[in-house]
Amino acid sequence: MTHRDDHDHDNHLDPMDARVRALETILGAKGLIDPGSIDVIVDTYQNRIGPQNGARVVAKAWHDPDYADWLKLDATAAIASLGFTGRQGEHMRAVFNGPQTHNLVVCTLCSCYPWSVLGLPPVWYKSPPYRSRAVIDPRGVLAEFGVSLNEDVRIRVWDSTAELRYLVVPMRPAGTENYSEEALAALVTRDSMIGTGLVDIGT
Amino acid sequence: MNPPETHLQDHSLPLEIAEPCIFAQPWQAQAFALVITLHDKDVFSWNEWADALSGELKLSGTSRDGSDYYDCWLRALEGLLIGKNIASGHDVDALAAAWSRAAQATPHGQPICLDNDPEPA
Repeated sequence: MTHRDDHDHDNHLDPMDARVRALETILGAKGLIDPGSIDVIVDTYQNRIGPQNGARVVAKAWHDPDYADWLKLDATAAIASLGFTGRQGEHMRAVFNGPQTHNLVVCTLCSCYPWSVLGLPPVWYKSPPYRSRAVIDPRGVLAEFGVSLNEDVRIRVWDSTAELRYLVVPMRPAGTENYSEEALAALVTRDSMIGTGLVDIGT
Repeated sequence: MNPPETHLQDHSLPLEIAEPCIFAQPWQAQAFALVITLHDKDVFSWNEWADALSGELKLSGTSRDGSDYYDCWLRALEGLLIGKNIASGHDVDALAAAWSRAAQATPHGQPICLDNDPEPA
């Protein structure tokens, strides 16, 4: 980034940036962190972990009924079998959408989120309106995401905790009977695995 | 097309900003990674962390659009480290000031080092 202005010989540090550096200095001096490992973590979460992981889980469940059963019974193990494990020791639960049930995930307390399968949460997931309104008015929230469900579809809202995180398994769209697992995975969006979206072939 | 904010009411959800990068600024990524590292090293449990973070997020004055989420994150981390006597508030303040002075004294384009602080303690 290059800026041309009157202050181009000054580096003005954002106060929060200065505080992070201060903590890094203290923690580095105590041997609790080394800068290399911090960079690896940033790279991992920014570039290597993301909703593509969760999409693989969903596509496999659509494609392989035995895997779907395993995912229902023991999501932590079924997801770990694909190489996606949480670093915080959290358990996973997969909640399956059906013709009469739609699942929506929130964390009312802070922003617990299944990082290992979805990466880091989107801005709205962390916002106070989503955290409160997903529970009080899930249908209204879904409408704002452009999702309208029939009145007879029950919406279940799952409140994540530090120990238990949820992955929504959306309904497999009609017309995908001949799709490969890879082609199916390409259809699965992040929002569909939080419950604020649906999967369709057109997207 | 109008920017989405113009027709958003207060209770509405912040619409997704095109999000090629999950962190708005590099320090947010650093603060995030610090928590992951310190948890890996058993400096605190994930429950302790979730409690600290939710405590910060609950304070009044937190922005409705979630844009200060990592500000809360960093304050929670500072609070936890101070509570565990790993850092003191005074040291964090003093070092943050030193980093700011060092940045001011560093010519544009060069890496900022704490050694560039013109008034070291």
